Amino acid sequence: MATAVIAVLTAMFANMVMTNKVFNWSFMLDNMFNAPVLEGVRTTLLMTIEAMILGVGIGIVLAVMRLSPNPIVNGAAWLYVWFFRAIPRYVLLTVCGGLGIFYSTYRIGVPFGSQLASLLGLSSDLSILSLNGNQIARGFVAGLLGLALSEGAYMAEIVRAGIASVDTGQQEAASALGMSRMLTMRRIVLPQAMRIIVPPTGNETIAMLKDTSLLLAIPVTNELFFQTQAIGNRTFQIVPMLMAALLWYLALSSVLMVGQFFLEKRFARGFDQRQARLKIMQVESEHGAGAM
Amino acid sequence: MVRAEQIYKSFGHVEVLRGIDLEVAPGEVFCIVGPSGSGKSTFLRCINHLEKIDAGRLYVDGDLVGYKQRGDRLHEQRERDVCAQRRDIGMVFQRFNLFPHLSALENVMEAPIRVRKESRAVAQEQAVRLLDRVGLADRRAMYPSQLSGGQQQRVAIARALAMQPKLMLFDEPTSALDPELVGEVLDVMRGLAEEGMTMVVVTHEMGFAREVGDALVFMDEGVVVEAGKPREVLSNPRHRRTQAFLSKVL
Ligand SMILES: Nc1ncnc2c1ncn2[C@@H]1O[C@H](COP(=O)(O)OP(=O)(O)OP(=O)(O)O)[C@@H](O)[C@H]1O
Ligand SMILES: [Mg+2]
Repeated sequence: MATAVIAVLTAMFANMVMTNKVFNWSFMLDNMFNAPVLEGVRTTLLMTIEAMILGVGIGIVLAVMRLSPNPIVNGAAWLYVWFFRAIPRYVLLTVCGGLGIFYSTYRIGVPFGSQLASLLGLSSDLSILSLNGNQIARGFVAGLLGLALSEGAYMAEIVRAGIASVDTGQQEAASALGMSRMLTMRRIVLPQAMRIIVPPTGNETIAMLKDTSLLLAIPVTNELFFQTQAIGNRTFQIVPMLMAALLWYLALSSVLMVGQFFLEKRFARGFDQRQARLKIMQVESEHGAGAM
Repeated sequence: MVRAEQIYKSFGHVEVLRGIDLEVAPGEVFCIVGPSGSGKSTFLRCINHLEKIDAGRLYVDGDLVGYKQRGDRLHEQRERDVCAQRRDIGMVFQRFNLFPHLSALENVMEAPIRVRKESRAVAQEQAVRLLDRVGLADRRAMYPSQLSGGQQQRVAIARALAMQPKLMLFDEPTSALDPELVGEVLDVMRGLAEEGMTMVVVTHEMGFAREVGDALVFMDEGVVVEAGKPREVLSNPRHRRTQAFLSKVL
């Protein structure tokens, strides 16, 4: 019965999709692979990878800070995670886009350089590099900044869970050998935490790919969703271009999911293989000992 | 080599160490026995500053552990100095605590390379020699999960020796082992003792204490109840609490 209902509904839906003029599949196919859309795909993938790399880096730093005995360091990390987990990504990205309007230039140089300079009567403002706020804060960099900052907060929690999964005896053994806290983290704890950290990071990467569509808030004009929307609006073929975006995200996400599947399987298999190989070595050496 | 003066340590409201005094001479095998929860592990962990002491003085090789004395005030040492002190004190744990992501050889090489900044070649040569010495020459490439408990503990001893310590701490090194594997670990420890290593050993192996130990203390409820030559204390315990404990374990 349920199967029949599902079959009928599916058929009705397929019929609607195929025959309704609004979908205009031939227009979609003609435009789905044109240069601006492909450029959008490239930008989206690049943004996903870079935001994840930065986010993982920020997450590791925050997770280690959270374990610091210094309450200021620990507190700063807590505040960061609280702040960036509490605001929606779309709002954060809008703010990042707006930063270019709030401040026209960003200087990299001596802190309070211009104040110091006026105090000393210098004409320079002691800046080493100054950037036009609209150049960096608009577009790709602002988007990357927003996504990476936000991702860092989520990755911090994942890394923290990974670190917590490692037996405290490991840190004690490392300390007893004279290893510092940082060295212990880098050489002993984090490598073991990876088994716990890797699978949820795969999920985060897929979520990140989809969240690049939020870059519309900035906007990042060469990103996939912006491009398909722009073409749709310009040609009044809104639905076909929405379908094009949908199919692209489906395809890209699926590729990541397949990648994740094999990555996790490889991790597990690698472990088993190592076990198996060593088992064989053991058996052989025992065999050898017996024969002697 | 180790001198403890009136060591106190509490966890929250629980007083675990209540005025421990003892002295370990260089080259001595110093055994600590006592019932569960008496503070044996806690005391051992104070010796390499894995636990902070609340009061008292603890010296290793003449140096105050974990603190610096300036005038008549004690200042807590910086992390670097604590690490430097720990390098000279090896520790072997009840549950081995080998690094599971590293092979036996890498476990032994890790600290010399990262902490003492030795070259890979030198560290590897030493690690091979140490694994050979604990009878595991043919198990170098194996990971801890592939080794028996006794083998793991012997790798752990080699790992501690790789830092060329002047003092070795053992916290019930054979308690987690199947009975038939205890002997191989005790043999390695006996060898170490014969070579003159200073060792502080928390153990329930009374046979080992009697045979290899130079001194023995019985601890209960955070104090040293009785101290002396292992043979004397184990054969003729004077204190009632020692008698009660020994009648249960022997
Ligand atoms: N980190 C800690 N926090 C709170 N209490 C602790 C901690 N470590 C040890 N204790 C408590 O201190 C007491 C002494 O523990 P300790 O491990 O030193 O005993 P032990 O003599 O080594 O016993 P066992 O023979 O069981 O190893 C116990 O009551 C234990 O519960
Ligand atoms: Mg103990």
